Amino acid sequence: MIFFAALSVLAIAIILCIIRAVKGPTPFDRILSISSIGTIIALGIAIHGFAFQRPEFVDISLMYVLLNFLGTIAILRFYKIKGKKING
Amino acid sequence: MNFLLINFFLISILLITTFFIFKSTSLIGIVALTGAFTLVCAAIYVNLDAVDVAFTEAAVGSGISTILMVMAVAKLPEGKIKPLVNLFPSLIISVCIVIILMVIISNLPLLGDPNAPIHLHVTPEYIKESESFFHIPNVVTNILASYRGFDTLGETIVIFTAGLGVIALLTGNTLNRKTKFTKKLKK
Repeated sequence: MIFFAALSVLAIAIILCIIRAVKGPTPFDRILSISSIGTIIALGIAIHGFAFQRPEFVDISLMYVLLNFLGTIAILRFYKIKGKKING
Repeated sequence: MNFLLINFFLISILLITTFFIFKSTSLIGIVALTGAFTLVCAAIYVNLDAVDVAFTEAAVGSGISTILMVMAVAKLPEGKIKPLVNLFPSLIISVCIVIILMVIISNLPLLGDPNAPIHLHVTPEYIKESESFFHIPNVVTNILASYRGFDTLGETIVIFTAGLGVIALLTGNTLNRKTKFTKKLKK
């Protein structure tokens, strides 16, 4: 039962992030929304590991968070180097 | 039950994302939504116990390809894209493909069935013999690097060529560089 509740909360959070990625006026809103979707997916993998009694899934979700962070940093660094205007 | 529920949850999120990719008119928004799509795909692979595939998907799909797409969008001139007006022919084609795939899926063996043909043909020999042949304990490494070595070499060449093409497209304007070079030559 608690598993269903956690999944539904994650679904609502992901849908809110997708709405922000669609509407967001600046590119930074959209980049932030992908980054937070990645964090939510990592949380979902951790919950999945808890529900199926596989504690090693926590390691996988940690790696996901690291990769996601790297991707966000790379995109923002590209913005800093180019300093070019990108279509909203 | 839990497995089905997670699959339902992930695939419904994929559907919502695809719908918004079609509706969105800003390029960087489409790139962001594609990144989200690949992340959800990676979660589906984890749910199917293919953790290595999921890692590749998360690293390549959400990391590198998103950065490359952002670089490509930055190269484009400013302005809004026109939304697609006539979606009807593509809708018909995709509905036909979905029907064909549904018919094929009903003939496939179940997920994790030990009597499926893919588990009976060469996999038992690989598992039995590969360590005594090549003295490497990892079966996947044996298959990729020894049994299918030439195949992997060809794949590496293809990926290298693709990387060269992307670098040539995205780094700087080569025309200006050429003109500077020719000016130096003329002096």
